[in-house]
Amino acid sequence: MSTVSRDAVERRVLGVLRPLFIAFLLLITLFPFYYMVVLSFRPLQSLLQEPGQLWISPSEFNIDTYKDVLRSTDDGGQGFLNFMKNSFLVAIGTVVLSLLVAVPGAYAVSRLEFFGRRQISAVFLGVYFFPAILLAIPLFVFFTRIEQRGTLTGLLIVYVAQVAAVSIYMLRNYFDTIPASLEEAAAIDGCSRLQAMWHVSLPLALPAIASNALFVFMIAWNEFLFALLFLLEKRQNWTVSLGLSQLAGSIEVPTTVLMAGSVILTVPIIVLFFLSERWLAGGLTAGAEKG
Amino acid sequence: MTISGPTAPAGATVAAPDPGDHGRRSRRVRSARALQDRRTGYLLISPTAVIVFTMVLLPILWTVSLAFQDVRLLNLRRTGVIGDYSLDNFDKVLTSPGFVDALITTLVYSVGGTACAIGLGLLTALALRKPFRGRGLVRACMLVPYVAPVVAAAFVWSTMLNPQFGVVNHYGTTLLGWDQPIAFLSSGKPVTVFGLDLHVSQSLLTVVLFEGWRSFPFAFLFLTARLQAIPDSLEEAATVDGATPTQKFFHIVLPQLLPTIAVLTVLRFIWTFNNFDDIYLLTGGGSGTQVVAVRVYDYLINRGDIGAAAAQALVLAAILAVLVTVYLKLFGRSEEVA
Repeated sequence: MSTVSRDAVERRVLGVLRPLFIAFLLLITLFPFYYMVVLSFRPLQSLLQEPGQLWISPSEFNIDTYKDVLRSTDDGGQGFLNFMKNSFLVAIGTVVLSLLVAVPGAYAVSRLEFFGRRQISAVFLGVYFFPAILLAIPLFVFFTRIEQRGTLTGLLIVYVAQVAAVSIYMLRNYFDTIPASLEEAAAIDGCSRLQAMWHVSLPLALPAIASNALFVFMIAWNEFLFALLFLLEKRQNWTVSLGLSQLAGSIEVPTTVLMAGSVILTVPIIVLFFLSERWLAGGLTAGAEKG
Repeated sequence: MTISGPTAPAGATVAAPDPGDHGRRSRRVRSARALQDRRTGYLLISPTAVIVFTMVLLPILWTVSLAFQDVRLLNLRRTGVIGDYSLDNFDKVLTSPGFVDALITTLVYSVGGTACAIGLGLLTALALRKPFRGRGLVRACMLVPYVAPVVAAAFVWSTMLNPQFGVVNHYGTTLLGWDQPIAFLSSGKPVTVFGLDLHVSQSLLTVVLFEGWRSFPFAFLFLTARLQAIPDSLEEAATVDGATPTQKFFHIVLPQLLPTIAVLTVLRFIWTFNNFDDIYLLTGGGSGTQVVAVRVYDYLINRGDIGAAAAQALVLAAILAVLVTVYLKLFGRSEEVA
């Protein structure tokens, strides 16, 4: 009898705790971002006077912070429009270049028998357990010596190298699920390997390629350490992440303006994430079941 | 988000690819096709191989070379592969004041951050296990801290925790009765719990909580995927036998999750151990939060001592390798059984 009552008690307690805990989770995951948006629309003076106010009163709502943060430095602003352009260039360049190298690579690892095929993914993945800071030192030295430190191209190449392994891994898993018999049918019709890949497997792999592209975009857009090491001395080449971190240290730029910068940095990623959330979560957990 | 951050699924399993089945064809056609496949394979993989080799493998080897030389930002242009090799950098780094402290801080940070992330991730996965209206949206919201840019997340935290106008200190002092605002990110004061000194500064505790907040979604995602793979019949049978919810969790669900938790522990520990961004952005390495990665940066940029920075990074990688090997030796076997 006692187990029955214990069962009832536990069910009752969990029934109360579960919604409370979910509410707590929503609070901790969403509140910081809500707070960021609220502050970005409030004038600094009002923040200092009313630090506990968690909404924007209509009278003080203003978008001056956004104007200030986006305006170019020549016009007395912080130049975030330029930073956004840099971030987009690097992120999109990384996506395009990494797909160009990773899609054929993933196809080869999935489909073609060649010496070292099994080892190659293990080697690629193994090296990613080294600290980024360890990799950063020689790359810093190398790009300084070829005088490419401070250029967006240099940064882009480093990013491609960083995401290549995970792209190949994600895409290979997908190619593995496409039946080889489809390509064999194409081969019988006289297609070469590359033709079969282009006309049969690539179109089928498009969803995986798209989700990988988004994933790479997010990584490149959010990256901080390499941007800090490579671009610090060239303000006109700063990415949004770097710009925000640098201006956050200075006293002249008000916190509310930097909150506007934070919103600008975060919004593209959050929008992309919610548009593609099902795909991305699927891609992220692709290997988890076997884990 | 570090670049290596989201590569987890990659690390989680390295499945053996199954060789293509060429069916019943004549040997000659097959070998011609195999030869051609091999050539195409090399052709297709070579761009990736080249870029990973030059931008990842070679740099790692170069770090080793730099660690044994006296290289500074000032004499950078004159150093080559052939130089004066010595152990001076290692001697300097290992005996310098603060290195052991930085190592201990790194360990506390990684163990604490990993535990927070996996603990919170597990609770979240369990809380969101049963379907309810809006669950899909709630699940998506759980991932927001993980996908949001680390710079913005760190900045909004430091604003919320600001002693002058931060919302946390405001409500802490007005509602919770704190005597004075807490300098969460610049206080070296040790944390005491029930009069017990934890030898952890308030700032270190804050960055550990930040790490837990940022990476619990990752653990949540993995554990949710594993939970979905547990057949319902097991728990239904246990319910019929009169098992209570907690009994079902400890005897049925948790054992099934343990292998995933073990993998997550390794991955999260590695990334937290190597983490630079979060601490650099939140505290700059002050008030008892200087981890080795931030120290490496300090040697590289502020002191311009490239050789010592490289030596320190190598020591970091070596310690990590030892810790992960020990962990796998201890838990690797039980993982296979489970």
